[in-house]
Amino acid sequence: MTDLTKLKIAEARDMLANGDITARELTKAHIAAVDGFDALNAYIAKTPEIALKQADAADARIKAGTATGMTGIPIGVKDLYCTKGVHTQACSHILDGFKPEYESTVTQNLWDDGAVMLGKLNMDEFAMGSSNETSFYGPVKNPWRKGEIDTVPGGSSGGSVSSVAGFAAMGATASDTGGSIRQPASFTGTFGFKPTYGRCSRYGMVAFASSLDQAGPITRSVRDGAIMMQSMAGFDPKDTTSVDIAVPDFEAALTGDIRGMKIGIPKEYHMDGMPEEIEALWQKGIAWLKDAGAEIVNISLPHTKYALPTYYIVAPAEASSNLGRYDGVKYGLRETVQGGSLPDMYEATRAAGFGEEVKRRIMIGTYVLSAGYYDAYYLKAQKVRQLIANDFKAAFEKVDAILTPTAPSAAFAFGEKSDDPLAMYLNDVFTVPASLAGLPGSSVPAGLDKDGLPLGLQVLGKAWDEETVFKVSAVLEEAAGFIAEPKIWWR
Amino acid sequence: MSHIDKATVAKIARLSRIKIEDDKLEPLAGELNNILGWVEQLEEVNTDNVLPMASVVDVKLRWRTDEVTDGGKRDSVLKNSPNHEYGFFAVPKVIE
Amino acid sequence: MTYIVHGATGDFEIVVGLEIHAQVSSNSKLFSGSATAFGADPNTQVSLVDAAMPGMLPTINAECVRQAVRTGLAIGAVINKRSVFDRKNYFYADLPQGYQISQFKDPIVGPGVVTLDMGDGVTKDIGVERIHLEQDAGKSMHDQHPQYTYVDLNRSGVALMEIVSDPDIRTPEEAAAYVTKVRSILRYIGSCDGNMDQGSMRADVNVSVRRAGEPYGTRCEIKNLNSIKFVRQSIEVEARRQVDLIEDGGTVVQETRLFDPVKGETRSLRSKEDAQDYRYFPDPDLLPLEFDDAFIEAARATLPELPDAKRTRFVEELGLSDYTAGVLVAEKAQADFYEVLLDALVTASKKDMASVASKAANWLTGDLYGALNKAGKSIADTPVSAGQGAELLALIEDGTISGRIAKEVFEVMFETGKGAGVVVEEKGLKQVSDTGEIEAIIDGIIEANPNQLAQYRGGKDKLIGFFVGQVMKATGGKANPGVVNKLLKPKLDA
Repeated sequence: MTDLTKLKIAEARDMLANGDITARELTKAHIAAVDGFDALNAYIAKTPEIALKQADAADARIKAGTATGMTGIPIGVKDLYCTKGVHTQACSHILDGFKPEYESTVTQNLWDDGAVMLGKLNMDEFAMGSSNETSFYGPVKNPWRKGEIDTVPGGSSGGSVSSVAGFAAMGATASDTGGSIRQPASFTGTFGFKPTYGRCSRYGMVAFASSLDQAGPITRSVRDGAIMMQSMAGFDPKDTTSVDIAVPDFEAALTGDIRGMKIGIPKEYHMDGMPEEIEALWQKGIAWLKDAGAEIVNISLPHTKYALPTYYIVAPAEASSNLGRYDGVKYGLRETVQGGSLPDMYEATRAAGFGEEVKRRIMIGTYVLSAGYYDAYYLKAQKVRQLIANDFKAAFEKVDAILTPTAPSAAFAFGEKSDDPLAMYLNDVFTVPASLAGLPGSSVPAGLDKDGLPLGLQVLGKAWDEETVFKVSAVLEEAAGFIAEPKIWWR
Repeated sequence: MSHIDKATVAKIARLSRIKIEDDKLEPLAGELNNILGWVEQLEEVNTDNVLPMASVVDVKLRWRTDEVTDGGKRDSVLKNSPNHEYGFFAVPKVIE
Repeated sequence: MTYIVHGATGDFEIVVGLEIHAQVSSNSKLFSGSATAFGADPNTQVSLVDAAMPGMLPTINAECVRQAVRTGLAIGAVINKRSVFDRKNYFYADLPQGYQISQFKDPIVGPGVVTLDMGDGVTKDIGVERIHLEQDAGKSMHDQHPQYTYVDLNRSGVALMEIVSDPDIRTPEEAAAYVTKVRSILRYIGSCDGNMDQGSMRADVNVSVRRAGEPYGTRCEIKNLNSIKFVRQSIEVEARRQVDLIEDGGTVVQETRLFDPVKGETRSLRSKEDAQDYRYFPDPDLLPLEFDDAFIEAARATLPELPDAKRTRFVEELGLSDYTAGVLVAEKAQADFYEVLLDALVTASKKDMASVASKAANWLTGDLYGALNKAGKSIADTPVSAGQGAELLALIEDGTISGRIAKEVFEVMFETGKGAGVVVEEKGLKQVSDTGEIEAIIDGIIEANPNQLAQYRGGKDKLIGFFVGQVMKATGGKANPGVVNKLLKPKLDA
């Protein structure tokens, strides 16, 4: 019998509909895969009982003929999403023991469509990181190794990409603040999709930087991404920044036809010191799209180099405030000092509860918002952010989509960059600009580097035009013919 | 633009309500200065007559009608609290 | 008018500005659907948003926006069609988010004016710098447990309007008059119930002192005053403290202080080393608040007649004295009572409004207020309704009872809550206007007092009063004085 865990969502959907397999069988295969996946530390909480219950409900629904694309599909959930009665800590010590009394809108949408929850996935603490090394639960390993050397899965959605790449979930929810869906997708040979800011509700997602955070899926194909995105997206009155416009049929956009479409190639994304293989892969991508009938247009996004510094002011500023609620009063960790005051409790709790990177960002954020520095840092950054958004606006008057590499490197070894915050931040150099502008983007697995590690290409689109991003992504996927799989070393 | 010294780190830590041991202040000052020195390249950008971005989505703030639709869930509100008594959250005594 | 603090080294004047926090009258909170009612059990009016659970998001209450706009319009203020919600970041037990959502740079309401009536036709304009919308904090209780402070989040997220005055106030009385006037306006338009004892209105007072002609001194902020009396007292006490401090060679430090009404002193609330830096920035969970002219005009159309306009109308159209009109309009409840009373009186007496307006006002401000005051009651719980008052006054108008009898009737009404007609009937107080009956009584009295009659006829005109008195005595006060006078004179003169 075929290994059910190797199925794509689209394939499983058809087999479930045809009665070739049941959701229970599919789920049991995945529960076993999850149990065999411990060596990678992707799951930090497993929910097999919930999964089986949901699988049975899915089977009933399939029988009744009311199934959707996600009915009976076993997925993992990034620990950032609040799941009712289930471990939710954004992989921070400060949320020790927290089990929300509510469900995030995005996961609720998935459950409403019949999806099956395998468990909660590891991530960088509060989504702050690009290698999944900042989690309180320890680092996640990438199924892809550099020879015998373990590599990072990227971050912050490290557990999401690792589980999907390693066949321990058919798909996973992830979230993108500055690249946390696309960069790890690139590192693991998976498809990652970040929709337009406002397409998914942020209700029930633990906030990192509110003006940037956006939900999205990790899958093993573009079509799977479209199916999962369809379920996650939608207007939610509980989130004021969620936008009330109709969600298009994403899967229907996968026509394979991009003839006459204009694809922008931004000259600023040719970066000094970028590995030649990445540059070469980018050129391949350009050729593939050209061969498919697209017109290649050279464009300029002049403020690109300022996107990272802008991001590292805006995101920490918002985070410093968003994380003010973790004070040991209402939930999570509380550290008291013998005979200490309330402020002593705050300081002890937050000192013990937050990891180094989170503390660093809170302090940067506090500083850039403080009296006397607000204008020079925060206000300046929001102005530059507007210029970055204007760059894209101007570019999208000339082109329909933009093609770039997803990340400036392939997956790297543990500890390689974790001592140097700035080197780590550079991982997001190609993903951050679109995050700042709120635009949709994807990372499509497109090739392997000389060490056999996957590399991704990024497709960016206009606001609310996710369809074009999916369409172009699917053409790239087809042309790249990426069929490589990581060698299974963990079981 | 600015240089963060030990005293400034202590002040930011205090504002952030994060206890930082004295021997950690100096190294932290170094790290923060590195990051701030790097972000200060934004000074190069001419932002005259540029309005700061107010929202990344071009929509208006939606309003809610004035109805009582929530509350009445004290158990849920208190459930995850490290310490609560008689329906209140309990914290170390505050002396005013 | 100036208020002088006499120091050992000379005179000081005071400069005062106020921040009034007024709870918006709304069913649900500013950013969540929890109830706002006063006095609920702890943490029962708390949503997961109010408790700042991870991933919870604010959604704004339209009614709070509308009431803030109406309040701005009521003080003739600039209404900002685009305003921004900012986060004010600080840590406190009753601030679950670690920040308060407020408006810092771009408030919903800009400059306006509140006009104070300082008596004798003197008015003073106090500038209002701005009104902004913000969330209230929860409540900490420090005296329930030896080791713990208890926190109740029922108030957390309730909508407040912060009404910030310019530093235009120069005396404790002006400060009291300002709070009174603002409360009156809020109650007129119904944007806040103004109940200071329930915390739905509180004031922070900024006080500084200076010698005449000098620039503003350093100010101290006295927080959370929950009565108008405390506003006045705290300013007096704080001004005195600052003058004494300066004269002792000290310097006033800008800080937050608490007023202790029992000890009659203010004391420092936060230590200096903990200097606040609120790190305001626009709340990324909320977009800018925007509305159009049509929304403003719709809000304006719902404004009732405001106290200043009502007072002018009472003077100009009803002929009331400026003082009486001022007293009547000061509280909406009084003005409403007066207008119902007057309407009912016009209907009952079929007289023209202007002719009875003053009588109604005098009865209300004299008889009824006097009785209420004595009984320690307010107009809200008066035992004599406006309709009953009108009935009583109408009985005077149609000559059924005299003004003197009316006072007696009123006392009974106030005690029993009975109607005027019923009391008159029960006590047999109906005025005698029957000329035949009165004529007979007059004849009897003239006959019984020949000496007085002789003296009168001899030129002592004043003795007419004696005869009137005798007639009233004989009728138990019920004789119509007009009729008595008319009949008596010709008979004495005959």
